[in-house]
Amino acid sequence: MTQKLVIIGAGMASGRVIEHLLDADPAAFDITLFNAEPRGNYNRIMLSPVLSGEKTYEDIVTHSDDWYAENGVTCRFGEHVVKIDRDRKVVVGQQGEVAYDKLIIATGSAPFVIPVQGRDLPGVITYRDLDDTNAMIEASEKGGKAVVIGGGLLGLEAAAGLQMRGMEVTVLHLTAHLMDRQLDEAAGYMLRRDLERRGITVMTRASTAAILGSDRVEGVMLEDSTGLQADLVVMAVGIRPETRLATDAGIEVARGIEVDARMRSSDADIYAVGECVEFDGQLFGLVAPLYDQAKVLAADLLGQDAAFVPKELSTKLKVTGCDLFSAGDFAEAEGREDIVFRDPARGVYKRLVLEGGRLVGAVMYGDTADSNWFFGLIRDGADVQDMRETLIFGPAYQGGGASDPLSAVAALPPEAEICGCNGVCKGAIVEAINGGATDLGAIRAVTKASASCGTCTGLVEQVLAVTLGDDFVLPTATPVCGCTDLTHEDVRRLIKSQELKSQPAVWQELGWKTPNGCHVCRPAINYYLLAEWPLEYADDPQSRFINERKHANIQKDGTYSVVPRMFGGMTTPAELRAIADAAEKYNVPTVHVTGGQRIDLLGVRGEDLPAIWADLNAAGMVSGHAYSKGLRTVKTCVGKDHCRFGTQDSTGLGIKLEKALWGSWTPHKVKLAVSGCPRNCAEATCKDIGVVCVDSGYQIGVAGAAGMDVKETERLADVATEQEVMDLTMAFMQLYRENAKYLDRPYKWVAKVGLDWVKEQVVEDEANRKALIERFLISQSVYQKDPWAELAQPKAAAAFSPIANLMQEAAE
Amino acid sequence: MSWIDIGHIDDVPLRGARMVKTPVGCIAVFRTAPEEIFAASNSCPHKGGPLSEGIVHGQKVTCPLHNWVFDLNTGQAQGADEGQIDVYPVRLDGGRILLDGASVGLRRAS
Repeated sequence: MTQKLVIIGAGMASGRVIEHLLDADPAAFDITLFNAEPRGNYNRIMLSPVLSGEKTYEDIVTHSDDWYAENGVTCRFGEHVVKIDRDRKVVVGQQGEVAYDKLIIATGSAPFVIPVQGRDLPGVITYRDLDDTNAMIEASEKGGKAVVIGGGLLGLEAAAGLQMRGMEVTVLHLTAHLMDRQLDEAAGYMLRRDLERRGITVMTRASTAAILGSDRVEGVMLEDSTGLQADLVVMAVGIRPETRLATDAGIEVARGIEVDARMRSSDADIYAVGECVEFDGQLFGLVAPLYDQAKVLAADLLGQDAAFVPKELSTKLKVTGCDLFSAGDFAEAEGREDIVFRDPARGVYKRLVLEGGRLVGAVMYGDTADSNWFFGLIRDGADVQDMRETLIFGPAYQGGGASDPLSAVAALPPEAEICGCNGVCKGAIVEAINGGATDLGAIRAVTKASASCGTCTGLVEQVLAVTLGDDFVLPTATPVCGCTDLTHEDVRRLIKSQELKSQPAVWQELGWKTPNGCHVCRPAINYYLLAEWPLEYADDPQSRFINERKHANIQKDGTYSVVPRMFGGMTTPAELRAIADAAEKYNVPTVHVTGGQRIDLLGVRGEDLPAIWADLNAAGMVSGHAYSKGLRTVKTCVGKDHCRFGTQDSTGLGIKLEKALWGSWTPHKVKLAVSGCPRNCAEATCKDIGVVCVDSGYQIGVAGAAGMDVKETERLADVATEQEVMDLTMAFMQLYRENAKYLDRPYKWVAKVGLDWVKEQVVEDEANRKALIERFLISQSVYQKDPWAELAQPKAAAAFSPIANLMQEAAE
Repeated sequence: MSWIDIGHIDDVPLRGARMVKTPVGCIAVFRTAPEEIFAASNSCPHKGGPLSEGIVHGQKVTCPLHNWVFDLNTGQAQGADEGQIDVYPVRLDGGRILLDGASVGLRRAS
């Protein structure tokens, strides 16, 4: 007997159900199909190519009107279903009722609209169906600016489509990297880079506060008060199952309509399929599981045994030129191992995640040719232990060799600058090599590359190696650590020449062998990035040693020392009183006067740090950075104000220097001193920078040491005015910041580059000195701020206490 | 297992850690990736360094005092150093961090 089957929603899942039913038994059901959209089933996944203009709607129609007619499906398109009456077993449409024996709810999903002011303005569009797509195409015909909210699959496809249609597109994404549900940081970085190359602006950590406009949308306001102009806003922040009809009908609904493995809802005659369902706590948004569900549902309707089992899923982005793939689970469990392959030359990143000898996840960018093979291994749970060594090279390359340590340099374009001192690019060096300069000395003679400060020597040698091949034997240089084959100097220069502005950029473009470095390289990379890109790169506390992260020195018993700054070694009774009060209030066991002319409170408990800082802040004091690779102290003697031998105001100059320099991060710690006369009571001649005042002015010495090595300063210059001291000191600091290897004190660095070169840069070349000072001041505009004041704020302070205390529960 | 909710994932900085006080001593909860979490003893077997203050890289942590490196999966010291820290079952449920109460000396979850 023919049963009456009513289906609500003509999407890809229900379309597949109908196909299965017709294939099995065309006469089994009398089908009525409702669809709110005034059309039948089309391939929704292909809307993005329609938006970009690479396909038309006609290309993506799955079931035409003729198809429905030929197969006897009664179509009620463009008609909303008002309700489901389960007692009478009828579906009530706007145009009348239809009785059912079996009912399928396939209402799909609705776009999530973030509840901000202005979301209803004309020109604000979600991205879900053909009408949305057409609305975007129409809006793009006028050109102008589009803002896409949401950097997930749909948002990025919308952005790429609008950009191809000539709009100026900005993508706003809430978290730190694009497509964070499907990609890891490294692949997210590469995707961002490719989108930016196409001309799309990407803003991450961007939270929308309001959509602006009076009659129609005019702009978007972010939480941080950034304003963006917009003629079109596309909201693509996510979807939620469309369950209203089911809820109204009293069917059990959690996040989606709850179904069993046979796709039946809590009412045995009502099935649900597709994005509107929830099975075993899971929702479904990709097409593969929907097709599986459709097959099960059709079988159950036909009285056959079938059960739906969710499988591993894979994702590909349909943006031409952005080749990415992700599948399985690549983050979230213990006992997993990573295999990472990076080829900066081809812009390729591959990461495989193994667990118990099996492949459980994969992320690929730039080369996804083998993705189906990897996906098969994940889906089948295949044992990959035997091919582990060569697994990442793919099926065709079992037994392949290791990656080439020279690939980063090989990938550089000819115009990439290798030698910053002499402005020599890679192309010029290659030309010299081809002209017969086949060793470092010859390159230096012909091009001047690496002939000045010498920090690019490693890179020049690598260019030689890449160009000459086996004819050149690369001298062994010490790499930063086991995560890379590059030296510190190479990394610094490549960060600059390749404009690498984030950690993921460094890991990828320089072919790092670990996911995110180690305790040796990450602090160095963090420093190089913030020194090179003070405005673009944000300092990462998690890449710092504990003392710099906690802004206090850890002691061997796990307590901390707190040292407030005393500019130029000067203090006041009020400051001393506040320090004494703090010492008593927090039971500080040891109070010590340091060699840098300030007071050290030793033995402070970690939990008390924010409170003691707040107290010291209240008395006008800031962090002394006694823990940082940065400016420590400027030691002074009392100078001509009090001392009968004093020639200049050494304390005043010391205070000025410390006020100018404090807060700056440097490759290693930096200590200064200013002595008022050559008797040198401030011991200025063994400091990183030491000034000795004389009758005629000031003698500036640099590169002294009084630690593991003891070394007298070398004379940088003699100058007549305080302003010249300030200028030369700032320029020297910046030159050191920009060129020294991480953890080289100035004396070690000057020994490598030579004092003559430093003098050339800082003293003799006035324009260069000015430029150095300017860059130093830009950096100070970001970093000269008191870290204690920031960390004493309640939210930051909470992190200094345990996240939970389970001792109380144990006591109960 | 008796899972105890000890806080939200966002209370632990990415590639950082937070400390939990328990009857078996202080435990460090590490966040190695946006949604990847480990729990291990907070104390380095070498000189008792606070591991929750170490640099977190890959699925490893480096002790802040003398740079011993531990694999958070196994608790094994890496490289030439020999030692072991206790690791504890921990998992994520939505954004919540759940620590196994039984293995940290609590008889029941509350």
